[in-house]
Order: sequence, then structure tokens, then C-alpha cells
Amino acid sequence: MFQLDFEQPILEIEHQIESMEARPDAARWADELAALRATRGSLIEKTYSGLTPWQTVRVARHPQRPQTLDYVDLMCRDFGQLHGDRRFGDDPAIVCGFCRIGPLKVMLVGHQKGRTTPERVACHFGCAHPEGYRKALLKMKLAEKFGVPIVTLIDTPGAYPGIGSEQRGQAEAIAYNLREMSGLRVPVVCIVIGEGGSGGALGIGVGDRVAMMRYSWYSVISPEGCAAILFKEANEKTNTHAAQALALTAADNARNGLVDAVIEEPNGGAHRDPRSAADRMQQWIVSNLQELQRIDPDTLVRLRFERFRRIGAVGQRIAPRS
Amino acid sequence: MSAITWDLDEPITDKRAVKEGQWVQCPACSETVFRRALEVNLMVCPKCDHHHRISGRLRVEQLVDTGTFEPINAHMAPMDPLVFTDTKPYLQRIADAQASTGENDGVQTGTAYVKGRRIMLAAMDFTFMAGSMGSVVGEKITHAIEHATDHDLPLIIVSCSGGARMQESGFSLMQMAKTSAALARFDRAGGLFISVLADPTTGGVTASFAMLGDVIIAEPRALVGFAGPRVIKQTIRQDLPDGFQTSEFLLKSGFVDRIVHRANLRTEIARLVDYAGK
Ligand SMILES: [Zn+2]
Repeated sequence: MFQLDFEQPILEIEHQIESMEARPDAARWADELAALRATRGSLIEKTYSGLTPWQTVRVARHPQRPQTLDYVDLMCRDFGQLHGDRRFGDDPAIVCGFCRIGPLKVMLVGHQKGRTTPERVACHFGCAHPEGYRKALLKMKLAEKFGVPIVTLIDTPGAYPGIGSEQRGQAEAIAYNLREMSGLRVPVVCIVIGEGGSGGALGIGVGDRVAMMRYSWYSVISPEGCAAILFKEANEKTNTHAAQALALTAADNARNGLVDAVIEEPNGGAHRDPRSAADRMQQWIVSNLQELQRIDPDTLVRLRFERFRRIGAVGQRIAPRS
Repeated sequence: MSAITWDLDEPITDKRAVKEGQWVQCPACSETVFRRALEVNLMVCPKCDHHHRISGRLRVEQLVDTGTFEPINAHMAPMDPLVFTDTKPYLQRIADAQASTGENDGVQTGTAYVKGRRIMLAAMDFTFMAGSMGSVVGEKITHAIEHATDHDLPLIIVSCSGGARMQESGFSLMQMAKTSAALARFDRAGGLFISVLADPTTGGVTASFAMLGDVIIAEPRALVGFAGPRVIKQTIRQDLPDGFQTSEFLLKSGFVDRIVHRANLRTEIARLVDYAGK
């Protein structure tokens, strides 16, 4: 079974709890069990409150971490997938469909990494091809036509780098999404649920409000990619340095004004309690969409433009040219 | 699985803009050419037609009617919002690039005339940190788009970039959305955007404004793509076809309208402005 090294002490205690619970005379050990559970709770809290950015990246990639279709199961009703980009094919790395979240009808669009090995291979581990981005935009335009708000869930290491994806215009597909999403005349909210890998993430990430789950990451490049370029080698040490330098955690991105909100995860991460992660996410989606639905479309589009227009750190330098 | 690299992932030292010296060796055909001969030929190899990488400033000089370029935001300069340090502090990298190029950052923007047609021009500069897009490049290009929108000018952006600038991380990434959103407004206002792709155009620049031209022109044999060739090779574990990610490959795939020799660029731009400009 998959485990993170820094979760080792937690898993050991969980193992002890499980074996004690399994005993026929478990009732006699109630006090010990309570004590173990308390230790487990405080150990999780301590571990997770002190995660380094690189450890956060690894939590974001945890194979048990809920993916888009898990959140659909936990949070949405009446979801029906809408497939295909009507141009080339259907990319399973991005799923789309109408559904209901709380009191709202929405169009849901999200990256899907896949659970089983065949699923993961089909989804290219959440790395979408151009047809995925084109499908996403087609379904978003459909929602726009009928005044349905849009929710996107971002979870990708990056857009797929391959021969076919280049041939079919990966760059054009992402660029076109950025341009067109900025003008959608319905509310758009985006949530980074796991990995926010660069342009592949932003390709479905232009919204009125952008949030990150507490243990997700969002950056211009993965820590390994950054380490490989800047330090010539990606290893534990350079990845740790790169993750820190890239300011990729939810807290960092919120502090820098690049995302609007951080959605808290249950103690020990969403993979420990997907239900409660989904509840919190649903709350955020519903309250934000209800707020945005009160804004007229012209104003909505203008405010979305201004939200991105503001971003940038520039200064002045007056120096004589040599 | 392998890391997804965003920036141009090849060493940038070997194919950089031509260095000092009277004689220049062509990286394509290895012939040695007298610098002056190369310069009068717009830095295109007279022997093999290789289009050398040129600075943003030289690009502007080559493209516009002499003396008509009026820069905007010339003093805009980078900050270090993340206090980024790798093997060297970002501030030091900026200072080094500024010292070696004499520029504040990696793009020239301003109004000018091309064969008597008034235009808004942005020319990226590969000599400044591999033409990478951080906040300054994103801001200057966005402002150029807005200026073109407000003044009904045809917009020409010459791209030449290794991609988004890693040292500004999320700030760089968001410049893709910012420039593209500004282009949406320009498009709605009916503006003409001619995107010119020079060697190399990759990563976050390709995946934003460079691919959003009403007309997309590429210089011959330029490297144009989304992911770097090395990352693709690592991911798919096979060799890449000959000519992969060149202008000619993009033309064949349907993502470039025309391949135009540097010597014909002015004429081509003027011609398009006459058909499609306001
Ligand atoms: Zn040559």
C-alpha cells in the first residue's frame, strides 16, 4: 500500500488501533483505544501543520486523494458526462457534465487522473491533450448559452507533452481557452483540488473566483521540473528547495493574491476523510456561485478581467543605456 | 512519470544571439561569415538562410520605418515578489541580464510605422533571460494590447521566448491569462493581431498570446512548441520525428498561416494591415 514517509508514525498508530479494535475483547481496552485515538489525532495535526511545501506536493499526489469523479460522487447529484470535442476525439483526462450541487444546476469540468492502472493510462495520469481542453471549452460554451454557472476542478501535473499533442496544437488549445474563458457570460469558479501544474491547470482555470484546497499546489512548473532546470538534477534535496522557492502552496498563493480562497481540508488531508473535504468544497462553491449569480453578465466579465489584469509585480528603473 | 517542464529545456548558451567579433560562425551551416555581411542581410546567414536570433531592439530596428518607434513603458523593470533564489538570487540574475543587454526586461513595446502604416509593436528579446515572460513582459504586452485597443491600431507581437519565467512562479503563470484576456477584449473591439513567431517560441508564451493571432506568421525553421523537445522525449521514450516543432511542422499541422522570410516581413505586415486593419 502507498504511504508517505512522513506519515509513517501515524500509520503505525492507526495499525495498532485497527488491531485492537479487531480483538473480540475490544470493549475491555476502551481507555487504551481512546488514548491511542487522541495520540493519533494530535500526531496528525502536528504532522500536517508542519508540512514543508515539498511534502504538500506529495500529499496532493496521494493516490487515495479524492479526484474529480470522487467529488462528483460525494457532492453532485444527477451527473451525466458529456463527451467529446466534436473535432478529434474524447479525452478522458478531462470530464464534463451537467449536475446539481446543493440547490444549483451547474456545468462541472474537471481533470481526472484515474484510479486503476488502466484508467490512469487512459487518462495519461491527468495530463490532458488538446482535445481535452477543446472539449472543456465546448461544454462551458454550452453552459453559457443556457445561463448555467460553471465549476472547474483542477488536478493535473501539466498538459501532456507528446507528439500528437503538439501536432494537434496543445499550445493553441490552452491559449484559446484562456481567451474564451475570460469572456464567459456566466459565473465561473475554479478549485485546485490536487495538482495545479502550470498551463495545463490554467487551461481550465480562468474564473471569477479561484480557490485551492489546503494541501494542493499551483505553480508555473512542478518542483521536479524546476529543480531539473535550475539545479541540473531533481532529487529530494533540490525538489524541496524548488517547492519552497516556487511558493506553490495554497497559503503562498493566497498570500500573493493569486488565488482568492483556501478551502480547509479535514485533519490529515482529504484522503483521510473525502466526505468532509467534499462538504467544505460544496459550501464554498454554493455560497460563491450564489453571490456571483447576482451580478449582471457585463459586470461579471469586466470583474473577471480586472481580477487577472491586476496580477503582476513591476517596478521602474531608469538607467542610461550603455 | 517524468516532470513536466514548462520552460525551454535546452541549454540556451550555444544558440544565443550572435556575440561580439568581426566574424560570426553560423550555427546551422558552420560557415564563417563576416559580421557586416550578416548585418546587412538582417542577421540571416547568406550561405544557408539560417535566421539568427536577434535582440528585441534590433528586431524593432529591422521592422519599422526608421526613427518612428515610440516606446511605451520603457522604464518598467522586474521586482522579485517571491525573493526567489536558486543557485543565484533572482535579483542578481536580473542585474546580470540588465548589465549584459542594457535592457530593463525582455520585451520592447511601442507605436511605430511599417511602410507608412501606423501599428502597435511588441518585440520579445531572447537575449534577456531567454525571453522569459515574468510580470514585466506580461504587463508590457497587456498594456500594448490595451493601447492598440484604445487607439484602433493593428497589433504586431514578435514572440521569441523560452516560456514563462520560473523565478516569478505563479505571477508568471498568470501573465498568460492576463495577456489572453486582454486579447479577448481587443478581438471584441475588432482589432487586427498579427502574431510573428521567431526562433524559439515555446511554453507559456506559445500557450497564450503567440497562438492567438488573427494571422500567425513564423520565420523559417523556428522552433515553435508547447513542451520542450527533451521533456517530450523523456515522456514518450522515443525519438522525435525530423523537423518536429519547426515552423514547417506547424504549417503542415495547421497552426501557422504563413512562413515568411525575415526580408519579407515588413511587406507582409503592411499587406495584411491593408486587407484586415482598420
Ligand atoms: Zn548558415
